[in-house]
Amino acid sequence: MSAQRFADADYDGALLEVRDLTTYFESERGLVRAVDGVSLTLERGKTLGIVGESGSGKTVLARSIMNLLPRHGVQRSGSVRFEGEEILSLSPAKMRRFWGAQMSMIFQDPMTSLNPVMKIGKQITEAIRQHLEVTKDYANQLAEALLGSVRIPEPHQRMAEYPHQLSGGMRQRICIAVALACGPKLLFADEPTTALDVTVQAQVLDLIAKQQSERFMAMVLVTHDLGVVAGRADEIVVMYAGRVVERAPTHVLFSDMKMPYSEALLASIPKIDEHSHTRLATIPGHPPNLVNPPAGCKFAPRCRYVQERCVNEEPPIRPGVAPGHEFRCWFPVGTPEGKEALERNQRENRIPQAAARAAAPN
Amino acid sequence: MPEQPAKPSPDYLPSTDASTPPSPSEVLLHDELDPAGMTFDPELSGVGAITTDVPGRRRLGQGLTVAAWVAIGWMVFVVLLAVLAKTGLVTWGDPQNSIAACARKGPFANEGGAAGHLLGCDSNGRDMIARLALGAWTSLLVSVGAIAVGFIIGGGLGIIAGYFGGRIDTFLTGTFNVMLSVPAIVFALALVAFLQGTGQNSGKTALPDVLILIIAIGVVSIPLVGRIARASALSWSQREFVLAARAQGAKNGRVMIRELLPNVAPALFSIALLGIAIAIVAEGTLAILGVGVKPPTPSWGNIIAVDRGELFTSPHITFEPSIMIFVTVLALNFLGDVVRSRFDVQEAGI
Repeated sequence: MSAQRFADADYDGALLEVRDLTTYFESERGLVRAVDGVSLTLERGKTLGIVGESGSGKTVLARSIMNLLPRHGVQRSGSVRFEGEEILSLSPAKMRRFWGAQMSMIFQDPMTSLNPVMKIGKQITEAIRQHLEVTKDYANQLAEALLGSVRIPEPHQRMAEYPHQLSGGMRQRICIAVALACGPKLLFADEPTTALDVTVQAQVLDLIAKQQSERFMAMVLVTHDLGVVAGRADEIVVMYAGRVVERAPTHVLFSDMKMPYSEALLASIPKIDEHSHTRLATIPGHPPNLVNPPAGCKFAPRCRYVQERCVNEEPPIRPGVAPGHEFRCWFPVGTPEGKEALERNQRENRIPQAAARAAAPN
Repeated sequence: MPEQPAKPSPDYLPSTDASTPPSPSEVLLHDELDPAGMTFDPELSGVGAITTDVPGRRRLGQGLTVAAWVAIGWMVFVVLLAVLAKTGLVTWGDPQNSIAACARKGPFANEGGAAGHLLGCDSNGRDMIARLALGAWTSLLVSVGAIAVGFIIGGGLGIIAGYFGGRIDTFLTGTFNVMLSVPAIVFALALVAFLQGTGQNSGKTALPDVLILIIAIGVVSIPLVGRIARASALSWSQREFVLAARAQGAKNGRVMIRELLPNVAPALFSIALLGIAIAIVAEGTLAILGVGVKPPTPSWGNIIAVDRGELFTSPHITFEPSIMIFVTVLALNFLGDVVRSRFDVQEAGI
């Protein structure tokens, strides 16, 4: 195990390279295109934020990269390279050497991601003893140290307790400890704070960030909240309907976002300096049906900038001004053509159907 | 006007007497915003550790109803009776000793030399207490053994089916359904006949009756247990902790044994008690159909079977084992419900 673990340590390319990854689920209604041609690259020690609303395919993307999807009824294609090694088509038996030791995952709900009938200490040492050839005592010491490092008070006592004896925030810390137990190079954090009380969200995110920098670990932070990734990700990928609609370094995205969907997502975060009783900004309508997605731009039915061309023709991904900035849009935000499109829509009182429905309920 | 007696101040409040201002320590103790309360001391503050009273921490017998204790008492009694009769530590007379004068004499009969046989004698003049006690051993051995077979094989296959899904699930569930489509009693009869037949045809000594019954009833229970285990394993497999275990690189066998089995076990355990009850009845049914344990070895079922012709003349011979079966089945059913309701609580704690 340990020999394999460091065999490719001097590989100096990107840690994770995903090319044209598709993940389709077979269902009775047809193929559900949950992830549809996603490409991304992640360097060692960096953080990639994946942002999108529910059903945009971000969780499936993370699980598809890790090959943790259900065994049946899933079609995947494309390429996933981890340290230069193609892992897309590896069998679960072969993936086991990556799971836990090389890449690991924190799940959304700490209530269900710990085994209710197994002691906390055991849940951590299981993974340690699976990958590292250490004695039981050493694994226990390691687990206790891990609990301390994720700031669990009285780690020794906690080792002998069950998950239901701890609060949600504590449980998520345990989950983090479990995920970090074997020192992975890549951590997927799938909405790690969504199920938590807002008061502990920042603590947990800070804890993950601290562990990440101490271990020089790369992280994919999946969230629906642009605010969560704003200060923490090096690069942000905005997903919509299984596709990457905008990709940019964090500061570029926030200063110069081009995709109307990113703009709408940002606008939907309530601002603290707004007057009270300000109506919350929402994105009207629903994410598209992933079995029969719209022909043109997937966001067109909900977009303020929508034009004839958007409905008929899907925009290709194209580079922005700043290096590393890419987006899919015919009428990007903040460009003359985008401005013109928005003005024309406002002048002709043309708002997308979904938006019209949302504005006039019943 | 008499002086008002000093209002007794509750002792949990700091003294309100102006002459003795509360000491700083008192103020600290009673101040809810006390920073000292933020220290992690589960005994005092409860912050940090949520050490609530949880079902898993309850003492085993706590909160049981009287009926549950009666049921437990009865089962202890029956098991003790069986073990003592089998080991011969305590005897209630020889279960094989026929006293012609006592034949068919009812309980408390004093005439004709039946004195001392509290529950009377069977048609061969053998003491009913001795036979019921030894019969308890046979009946319990068969039923517990059969359920053990059913649970190990059925539970294992069910967890495999629920965890892997897909073709394995289709195959195993299909097999279970085929087995269930044969009436249970016919299936058990066929198995007993087959197992007895193989012993005779091969010329070797046939399998012991008890083992044949254990296998036959056990095999019949496999699909029932298997389906319950599968359903439970399927729902637990959807939980993220199973995915989390896989994401940590746990092998399938490990996930099934370490993650699924402990969660599926409570559901199976409560069914096991009901299963034992059903198996006791099944043993009796098979005995009456003539394929049970061969006399003279008594079992509750074959005591009834052998002397069922005496039902109208000496009803006590059939009634006594029937009452034993009835009460035992009732107790097991009741305990099964108690166990199930106890383990259901854990869902709330997750």
